[in-house]
Amino acid sequence: MGRKRDILLAALILLAIWQVCALLLNSMALPQPWMVLVDLGSKLADGSLIDDLAVSSMRALAGIALALTAAVPLGLIVGAEEQIGRRISPFIYLLYPIPHVVLLPLIIILFGIGNFSKIFLIALIVFFQILVTTRDGARSIHRNYFHSMKTLGASRLQVYRHLILPATLPKILTAMRISVGTSVAILFFVESFATTTGLGYIIMDSWGRADYISLYTGISSMALLGFTLYLILDRIEQHVCRWMTDH
Amino acid sequence: MITVSSASLSFTHDGQIQSVLDDISFEIEAHDSCAIIGPSGCGKTSLLFLMANILQPDSGTLTITGNPRCGTILQNYGLFPWKTVAENIGLGLTLKKVEKTRIKRVVAQLLEEMELDGFDSHFPGQLSGGMQQRVALARALAIDPEILFMDEPLSSLDALTRERLQNLIVDIVHKRKITTVLVTHSIEEAVFLGRKIIILSRRPARILKIVDNPGAGSSDYRQSDQFFHQCVRLRELLKGEFNGQEA
Repeated sequence: MGRKRDILLAALILLAIWQVCALLLNSMALPQPWMVLVDLGSKLADGSLIDDLAVSSMRALAGIALALTAAVPLGLIVGAEEQIGRRISPFIYLLYPIPHVVLLPLIIILFGIGNFSKIFLIALIVFFQILVTTRDGARSIHRNYFHSMKTLGASRLQVYRHLILPATLPKILTAMRISVGTSVAILFFVESFATTTGLGYIIMDSWGRADYISLYTGISSMALLGFTLYLILDRIEQHVCRWMTDH
Repeated sequence: MITVSSASLSFTHDGQIQSVLDDISFEIEAHDSCAIIGPSGCGKTSLLFLMANILQPDSGTLTITGNPRCGTILQNYGLFPWKTVAENIGLGLTLKKVEKTRIKRVVAQLLEEMELDGFDSHFPGQLSGGMQQRVALARALAIDPEILFMDEPLSSLDALTRERLQNLIVDIVHKRKITTVLVTHSIEEAVFLGRKIIILSRRPARILKIVDNPGAGSSDYRQSDQFFHQCVRLRELLKGEFNGQEA
């Protein structure tokens, strides 16, 4: 109950700041929040925003899922296996800082202009965030735990199942939280080309038509999408990392 | 019987070889109890890790007659924070793929024996130090060990809890006829629990003396003159080593 109240309070404060800024600026470029909320409400009610929200959600979630599938196992192995880690880490250091969005032309050549190239770019960018955090999590497990597993006669696979994965899970969830923010931000970029659907398209299209209320409706929808994904992650954490919260 | 013969061990740190154990030889008879004592950082834990098969000696041999089941309690208990008390206790059996109903039965029996009834679904982080220690003891006992290795298992407990658990260890070890090897920096604990006391020098550890302590292993021993005299004797033997230690 306290948490819901805090969220509501934060939302009201942000709306109040927005309202004050809109009144002070008195410009079309920053409409008052109630205008945007009315527009958002009506577009949700008549269903015209639902499709774009669903498409954007699908792209963001698919991108994160694809990145997770590749980055988590690799991060666990690179972090837990010293020899492999020593060989793979230089590749990560060299590839992580590259601004991956510049690979878009190459991705389009490889995968076309459809949905998959958009999902792939989101996955590529968040992959490194998840990989590095997972690797660091696996690497920082205290060696006493490994000794415990050894004395209990665990196989290497059992060490991954009972020690490395659960010990790294909180870090993986942190990486996913960061990835949610990143993927929603990248949506704006990937949906600005070769598509007429998605929240990014709504923002770009409204911007071009100087329809600032629709533009802010798109931005607010993105914030709502990110917020919903954060809430889902919190629920997942409460379930899979119960040992961290049950105190 | 555990036979350690001319065992030496060294670690490489910052490119320099540091000798930890130097030409260690001793024997521990089956069903006997042995305490290893020495200054902090002398290599007591490393010696225990050799016996528990966590480390391998650089030279010399270590033989354990037969193929006994070994339980180990590590410093800070080595409990897994993400597993419940019941899961922690049953982990050794789970890893051996023992039938679930049997694991449940063994865990229930140990929970009762360790006075942990009702805490099976708690996480280690929700328990006091003394309770965590009892969970660690229960986990080691779950596999029905013939040898129990303990690395300063009671070091972080208050005096009364410590004495209570020392009595519990004495009772269990006596009842189950377990060979025990205990590493401790407490003179009183070594004298109370070890019928054979191995005194190690400063690093690189050599055996200074092996003291026979036949009175150990009985709850009344703590109140006897013999216990007091053994403590004084051990203190004298160790004084030189502790005095020479860096602060």
